[in-house]
Amino acid sequence: MCPTITKSHAKDETMEEYWREPLDAAKHKSPTGIVNLIKDRCKSCEFCIEFCPHGILELSDEFNAKGYHPPRVVDGGSCIACRLCELICPEFAIYITETNHDHD
Amino acid sequence: MIHSEVHPMDSLIRKDRMPHIWCSGCGLGTNFTCYLEALKKSGIPLDKCVIVSGIGCAGRAPGYTNIDSYHTTHGRAIPFATGLKLANPELSVTIFSGDGDLFAIGGNHFIHAARRNIDINIICINNFNYGMTGGQFGSTTPLGSKTTTSPYGNYEHPFNLVYVAAASGAVYVARWTTIHVRRLASSIEEALLKKGFTFIEIISPCPTNFGRRNKLGEGLDELKYYRNHSIIKHFIDPKEADLTLNGEIIVGKFVDIDKPTFLDNQPDLSQKQDNKVTKT
Ligand SMILES: Cc1ncc(C[n+]2csc(CCOP(=O)(O)OP(=O)(O)O)c2C)c(N)n1
Ligand code: SF4
Ligand code: SF4
Ligand code: SF4
Ligand SMILES: [Mg+2]
Repeated sequence: MCPTITKSHAKDETMEEYWREPLDAAKHKSPTGIVNLIKDRCKSCEFCIEFCPHGILELSDEFNAKGYHPPRVVDGGSCIACRLCELICPEFAIYITETNHDHD
Repeated sequence: MIHSEVHPMDSLIRKDRMPHIWCSGCGLGTNFTCYLEALKKSGIPLDKCVIVSGIGCAGRAPGYTNIDSYHTTHGRAIPFATGLKLANPELSVTIFSGDGDLFAIGGNHFIHAARRNIDINIICINNFNYGMTGGQFGSTTPLGSKTTTSPYGNYEHPFNLVYVAAASGAVYVARWTTIHVRRLASSIEEALLKKGFTFIEIISPCPTNFGRRNKLGEGLDELKYYRNHSIIKHFIDPKEADLTLNGEIIVGKFVDIDKPTFLDNQPDLSQKQDNKVTKT
């Protein structure tokens, strides 16, 4: 199934034209996930932050062992377990554990 | 958020060699993760999989992979991989290497392995320059680009790699960028499972060298550029998929055909009458 992305989640203008509310959105429940981070592997490239479709990640002001700022989950941010961050992270630093699953 | 020390990909990487050498914002780590994802999903037994590279930043990938891996001399990944495949045809042999390694110093090997339809998979990371040695221009550098060896702008015409691959005889040809993580991972999986010479080009940021000299911003800015300027055009003539500096990027699967491989075509010499040694 397709995660529901509404305009409020779109990060910039160009994203808005790509997404619409799926017609059967009401029939589905998005999966949810927990973000796991191996803090000291992160190099602050911000790929996960920029491309998380729910916009739930941000840079923290904390430093890791290499002097980079690892990401953190924004207050109240809910992860839909799409695993994009896991695949796009160049450092094997972030991954998701799914907490509910009603798709497939 | 949970703080963790182990990652689901850890069994496929050499953890003791992390962090890898790739710069922050480099596309290589993401491209490499997509390769590992494809490897996992392909279901091919890992003890039958081999990864080979030449020299370069991209060429470091085998050294980080926890399967049989070979880091060969510059430009020679293809002859090495050809030998592996012919000596042990049951292996699934994949090359993960750079544009300079595969198409400048190694260009001749590429066209002939494709022509012979050697059953190997090539993943070429095209960052438009020689990243590892400080950002010189090479055979893929777009016209007008600034590099350490083209400070006034490159005036050589570049190769269009997907066109070279298709014209040389590859049975599978695709191009993606670092931002296309899901399509890239499925494309690599498809190539791993396909018989014959397959070629996937990944357009990838090198913010430290190519990006900086051409004012392309950070790796993140390049990924945003790919997102906004890539157009998927499956099965168009790869001749139409030229790349330019700051132009649109045509991506997709361009070739997917079947034809006998080098080994399929080899005559069974043991059956040949005139080859039998007769004792006198
Ligand atoms: C025979 C030989 N010639 C030259 C070099 C120097 N050298 C090392 S890496 C490299 C180019 C790598 O470029 P590419 O394959 O595009 O990889 P990247 O670093 O961009 O990923 C060169 C010329 C070498 N190691 N060996
Ligand atoms: S899996 Fe990652 S990218 Fe997807 S919603 Fe959760 S945090 Fe964002
Ligand atoms: S993608 Fe990985 S390395 Fe980059 S900021 Fe996110 S966790 Fe850090
Ligand atoms: S020099 Fe370029 S290609 Fe090499 S690791 Fe750094 S960003 Fe990546
Ligand atoms: Mg290169």
